[in-house]
Amino acid sequence: MSNPIPALAICLPLLGALLVLANKDRPNLRDGISLVTTVLLFFLVLSLYGPVMAGEQPAWQFISPIPGLAMGFRVEPLGLMFATVASGLWIVTTVYAIGYMRRNKEKRHTMFFFCFAVAIAAAMGVAFSADLLTLFVFYEALTLSTYPLVAHKQTKEARRGAKIYLAFLLTTSIGLLLVAIIATYATAGTLQFTPGGVLTDKLSVTGLTILVCLFCFGIGKAALMPVHRWLPSAMVAPTPVSALLHAVAVVKAGVFTIVKVVVYIIGVDNLAQTGAGDIVLWTAAFTLTFASVIALRKDNLKARLAYSTVAQLAYVVLGAMLANSAGLLGASMQIPMHAVGKITLFFCAGSIYVATHKTEISQLDGLGHRMPFTFAAFFIGSVSIIGLPPMGGAWSKWFLLMGTADAQQWILMGLLLLSSLMNIAYLLPIVGRGFFRPLPAEEASRLPAGTIEESPMTCVIPLSVTAAGCVALFLYADAIHDFLLPLFP
Amino acid sequence: MSAQLPILQLLFPLIAAPICSLLHNRNAAWLLSALATWASLATAIGLYYQTANGAELIYEVGGWPPPWGISVNIDSLNALVLLLITGMASVLVVAFPASLTIQWLGSRARLYYTAYLLCFASLIGITITGDAFNVFVFLEISSLSTYALVAMGRDRRAQLAAFRYLIMGTVGATFILISVGLLYMATGTLNMADLAERIPALHDSTVVRAAFGFFIVGAGVKVAMFPMHFWLPSAYSFAPSIASAFLAATATKVAVYVMLRFIFGVFGAELFFDVLALDQVFLALAVVGIVVGSLAALYQDDIKAVLAYSSVAQLSYMVLGIAVGTASGLTAAVVHIFNHGLIKAALFIVLAGIFVRFQCTRLSDLAGLGKFAPWTVGAFGVGAMSLIGIPGTAGFISKWYLLLSVLEHAWWFVALVIIASSLLALAYMWRVIDALWLKEPSQLVTERGREAPLRMLIPAWVLALANFFFGIDTTVTLGAAGRAVASLLGVSA
Repeated sequence: MSNPIPALAICLPLLGALLVLANKDRPNLRDGISLVTTVLLFFLVLSLYGPVMAGEQPAWQFISPIPGLAMGFRVEPLGLMFATVASGLWIVTTVYAIGYMRRNKEKRHTMFFFCFAVAIAAAMGVAFSADLLTLFVFYEALTLSTYPLVAHKQTKEARRGAKIYLAFLLTTSIGLLLVAIIATYATAGTLQFTPGGVLTDKLSVTGLTILVCLFCFGIGKAALMPVHRWLPSAMVAPTPVSALLHAVAVVKAGVFTIVKVVVYIIGVDNLAQTGAGDIVLWTAAFTLTFASVIALRKDNLKARLAYSTVAQLAYVVLGAMLANSAGLLGASMQIPMHAVGKITLFFCAGSIYVATHKTEISQLDGLGHRMPFTFAAFFIGSVSIIGLPPMGGAWSKWFLLMGTADAQQWILMGLLLLSSLMNIAYLLPIVGRGFFRPLPAEEASRLPAGTIEESPMTCVIPLSVTAAGCVALFLYADAIHDFLLPLFP
Repeated sequence: MSAQLPILQLLFPLIAAPICSLLHNRNAAWLLSALATWASLATAIGLYYQTANGAELIYEVGGWPPPWGISVNIDSLNALVLLLITGMASVLVVAFPASLTIQWLGSRARLYYTAYLLCFASLIGITITGDAFNVFVFLEISSLSTYALVAMGRDRRAQLAAFRYLIMGTVGATFILISVGLLYMATGTLNMADLAERIPALHDSTVVRAAFGFFIVGAGVKVAMFPMHFWLPSAYSFAPSIASAFLAATATKVAVYVMLRFIFGVFGAELFFDVLALDQVFLALAVVGIVVGSLAALYQDDIKAVLAYSSVAQLSYMVLGIAVGTASGLTAAVVHIFNHGLIKAALFIVLAGIFVRFQCTRLSDLAGLGKFAPWTVGAFGVGAMSLIGIPGTAGFISKWYLLLSVLEHAWWFVALVIIASSLLALAYMWRVIDALWLKEPSQLVTERGREAPLRMLIPAWVLALANFFFGIDTTVTLGAAGRAVASLLGVSA
């Protein structure tokens, strides 16, 4: 059964990227092309739901460089979900980026939108890979294509951040992930993603434990401590990049890969029976607690959001390592839930920067009345991240807690609850400052009270859309649940 | 006609060389060398297909049967090496005039072409001959012509480098000569096939063992195996850039081939692995060579020196593949002969193009070149990816086999060394890419920055794309390597 749509989903953004490059002197046409590409891609991805819901797995094999080592694409529910999240949020981010880049008078727009499109193509490749090797190629392509975006401002600080970004991601992927892939091939003789895994009864418990560690720390994009350092460094990028890539595409590609490896390479039952994931499980628990503590202490808004991301990614890893149905379901659902919530928060941070050029939380006093939409959206996003109803984040947290209960890991359950409390402590005071503290005197005198001074519409509309998305995900979470449930019986 | 192919491809350059030295018109000299090179490529392709079914072609020169005459033997292994030599030379020869017009004016170009043709012919000769003494003869020709090629470098240091190379090369060739002499003494034959039959009975003979020792050291010098690698970085760095490209892509690879051929086709794997346990020595030297070469590459300012030290590490990969000795290990070694030739040719030809523009290849002077010459630097980037071993490139294929072969033995430490050296390769290539692409342009670059000449840029991209091609479609490389390894192990069994 050969279906070219997964391959098209990768070629389409690449084609868009080339058209962007070709029209570098016509800014309106260029940005229009970006937008059209995003919408087309989204519908292309949606068109895959038909066959996948019917139980098919559209596949497309392209090369086999070494006998017995095929490379290709195959669409399965997890990957399709990740692709939907990435391509759907790409649309809003493009609208937002056009407004943000123009208003801030950032330079090199063409290069920016070009790399952005290439990065999305790479993310699609990660989502649809049929085997570890293909996934690895696109994983590396994602790293390389986002590097120029992180260094976009070309300041000394931006270059330093970008260097750390690249050094961490390349070193972990080549030094650990590639080793894990080769070790998998050496033991199992295949790299194809196979339901139930390919490593059952092939390795000792120690061997499997080492392999799980190699995978989880090698996938540096999942930002498990101590390989999380790149994520805060990447925050030097313009905010749309932080929003889509470092809250959604790149980091989610990381945790998605971990979930996929657990489900299709290691095997959930295998992991549950051997307990080989315990080291990573507790590392994730440590990460989600400690990253929250760091987030509490950051005054820079984007830095706080970055550490919050580190913590929230650890939820996914933790859920995957619990190796039971509820844990994996929670982990998988955390991918879209956190994506929509966190992108809202980053959009808000960027919106504040566009309107006021403020970056520190302590400068936000009283801004809520000036920018009501932004701060309302920030509130909604925060509630979703914390995991309270009626926002989407509530469901993933719920299933994760169920997962810890099923595994009878009461300490972990306690840590999850503690972390939620810390989420409240580091997110909600930002909103509180905006609404309940008075504006500084010199700013209050500049404009009469009650004046609304929002960022441009191209920024406000996307963040309102994603905030509405948080609510919608709460209401329609059962669709995702039912879609994924067959994977985790 | 097709029966004459084995010898024809040697004759084309060998006959063209003296004619070339008489042609005072530079363009005519180039055209003759190019035609001879391309004709050799055509015969090499013909030979590849003749051996594609695993057959071995034996050609008796002058119609004299082997014990008296010299035989030329072509099997899958040397068909692949021939394809590499003639293929790389055919692409590089296109770039010769563009690189020479700047470096030498006047009629000396014809002498350069002559030296190149002789070097090319001798490398083919080493590869095809079935006679042990003939290997020495052609080695000498290649050493002398390489000496001339290196000495025509950009400054006087090239002459010192060439002298060093001459000394080391002569020592190496002399050791091989002694080895061949001892073998003749012990067995009474110089034909490789006969030698392979007679040596197993003489495993305890001190003469044969001494011959093996002399051979290993002599060939080790030619391969630039650690710790006999010192000539290589200076020769590559100071030779004219285009000559570096040719030598890096072919000369050391032929030396590795000689090593493979003698170990498995003459002395026999049993003597190497079981009787003398030389694989342990090879393993240790390879590991040290990989680490030392990669580390040294990290601290060079001249990009050519970076590549030269990286070659030391990469050649050690091939030595490692020999040391592993299993089918996958040898496949890794054979495939890497081809793939690494491809990688280094691509990288060095870009440097040659840069040199034409700037008369230097120092990293600190070339900062920010990417803004002015994106295509030139882009081709370098592709080569760098292949060198690091990103999947989809040729470099990945050989590294994959090497790692698998090491893991089959459960040599975890060695696997770790390979991974670490990949990371080091990433680091030293990244240093170059970072400087070329991302740093602010230096004064030199701002003043004179532009693309390499088209006649060098096109070959560079042909080679760069070939790196992708042979990383994706491996029927030629892995197919030939698989057949070659089967016959190597079959001969020794």
